[in-house]
Amino acid sequence: MATHHFSPPRLSFRFFPIWRRHLLVWRKVAATSIIGHIADPMIYLLGLGYGLGSLLPEMGGTSYMVFLAAGTVCYSTMNSASFEALYSGFSRMHEQRTWEAIMNTPVTLDDIVFAEMLWAASKSLLSGVTVLAVIWLLGLSHSLLSLWLIPLALLVGLCFAALGLIMTALAPSYDFFMYYFTLVITPMMLLCGVFFPVTQLPPLWQNVSAMLPLTHAVDIARPLLMGVSPPAALSHVAVLLGYTLCGFYVSLVLFRRRLSK
Amino acid sequence: MSAVLNARNLRKSYGDQLVVDGFSITLDKGECYGLLGPNGAGKTTTLRLLLGLTDPDGGELTLLDHAVPRHAREARLRVGVVPQVDNLDPDFTVAENLLVYGRYFGMKDAEIKARIPALLEFANLTHKRDVKIPTLSGGMKRRLTLARALVNDPDIIFLDEPTTGLDPQARHLIWQRLHELTVQGKTLLLTTHFMDEAERLCHRLAILDHGRMVAEDSPRALIAQHIEAQVVEIFGESVEAWASAHAAHYAERFEVSGETAFCYANDAQPLLAHLQTQSGLRYLHRPANLEDVFLKLTGRELRE
Repeated sequence: MATHHFSPPRLSFRFFPIWRRHLLVWRKVAATSIIGHIADPMIYLLGLGYGLGSLLPEMGGTSYMVFLAAGTVCYSTMNSASFEALYSGFSRMHEQRTWEAIMNTPVTLDDIVFAEMLWAASKSLLSGVTVLAVIWLLGLSHSLLSLWLIPLALLVGLCFAALGLIMTALAPSYDFFMYYFTLVITPMMLLCGVFFPVTQLPPLWQNVSAMLPLTHAVDIARPLLMGVSPPAALSHVAVLLGYTLCGFYVSLVLFRRRLSK
Repeated sequence: MSAVLNARNLRKSYGDQLVVDGFSITLDKGECYGLLGPNGAGKTTTLRLLLGLTDPDGGELTLLDHAVPRHAREARLRVGVVPQVDNLDPDFTVAENLLVYGRYFGMKDAEIKARIPALLEFANLTHKRDVKIPTLSGGMKRRLTLARALVNDPDIIFLDEPTTGLDPQARHLIWQRLHELTVQGKTLLLTTHFMDEAERLCHRLAILDHGRMVAEDSPRALIAQHIEAQVVEIFGESVEAWASAHAAHYAERFEVSGETAFCYANDAQPLLAHLQTQSGLRYLHRPANLEDVFLKLTGRELRE
């Protein structure tokens, strides 16, 4: 690997036309896309929330429905960004050769990868806001503090977009992404306090959980929905930012190596 | 004005394989220059080096007065590229493809939209303006890719096999358009496998083999310099026996490939007179062309 692959990202506002390109494609399929965004989290929230919730008097100091709502916002934003960065990103890089077309213009790879991350996070933002709207409609949160979930959705989106892009940079084909979803994303849903408190896990797994980004997202989201200011919010934000920056840098180095051939 | 493109001794290896071995070239305004070479000769890597998409291991390169790769971004503001494999945006219409691509050059929407009618006219796609890409024919996609490469009104256009996979009608239309561009003063650098295309379009040509430039000149000069004026192709089952007995007597040079003997001669009359007397052989007499030069310099073995 050449040394210049490791040079710091060189970003510019030239990423914006790429972001606009993704938006224009999305606008053509927006109706079906929004249904997809909302259907999956709603099925879990309503299905598990009403089904399990009726058996559980309370969890983590609140009703199970409210407990689950916070987890749902976080994992649905994680999923949106991951799908976009992996499947759609790979399609643009590999199948459709959209990146190749863009790199023949004054736009550079650094701009393209940055635009991918921002776009995937934009989809997360949309997904987070949609789920939040349903939470309000169902009367699960009455606190203005819940508005903080909007910037949180963006941050969670950036974080998982950056991590997902590492997989995209390494992927030989779409099949590769199954590993990431089965070995990383799904375990995170179970280990990070989405469906039940992390304190239910054995101590070893609690330590693992504390290192995973989704845990930190849930730790911010849940108090906010309950109208409480989250303890140690800044350190949780710092972890998510750290994953974002490292993920973006590592993916960029890998993309430079992959596409400089 | 200085040269549009000036490369000196560019080199690039992958591992221990030398892909581009000392490539030098100077292109002037309005010139059409062709890169010919068998598969794996290093044509596509050379194009990537010239565009600043791949960093060379050595050598110097100036593109439109910008040092590349250091200032490749600035240079590419005035460059158009027609890639080998179509990479149009399948989700967009013909006009949207042009609009979105123009934005990558920092152009304002109004500025791009003002150029779109002329670009569609140039590509004979005015009637397809609002049609999505998957419904276009191969020739239409190629023309749109060419129009897209012109969206920023470039000074130089790189074309990687611009007519591969097209039918003759579509190919002729592309040739006509490329000729018009050189008349407008655009510089073209193209790679191709079609010798008639290179002979017809290019003012100058380079033949590449194993990463090295083995010849460079105008098509006519290459033919005059490297090959005898006349070619007689002789076919038939007994051609091998005939060739080993007689070919050296009548031709300056000959090659047997399968059931065909290629005889190269400056005066083919004695050979033709002799062939009249050979009942088992058929033959074709023609002037030497670029393909003969190409095969002489790069050999007849398959490159795979």
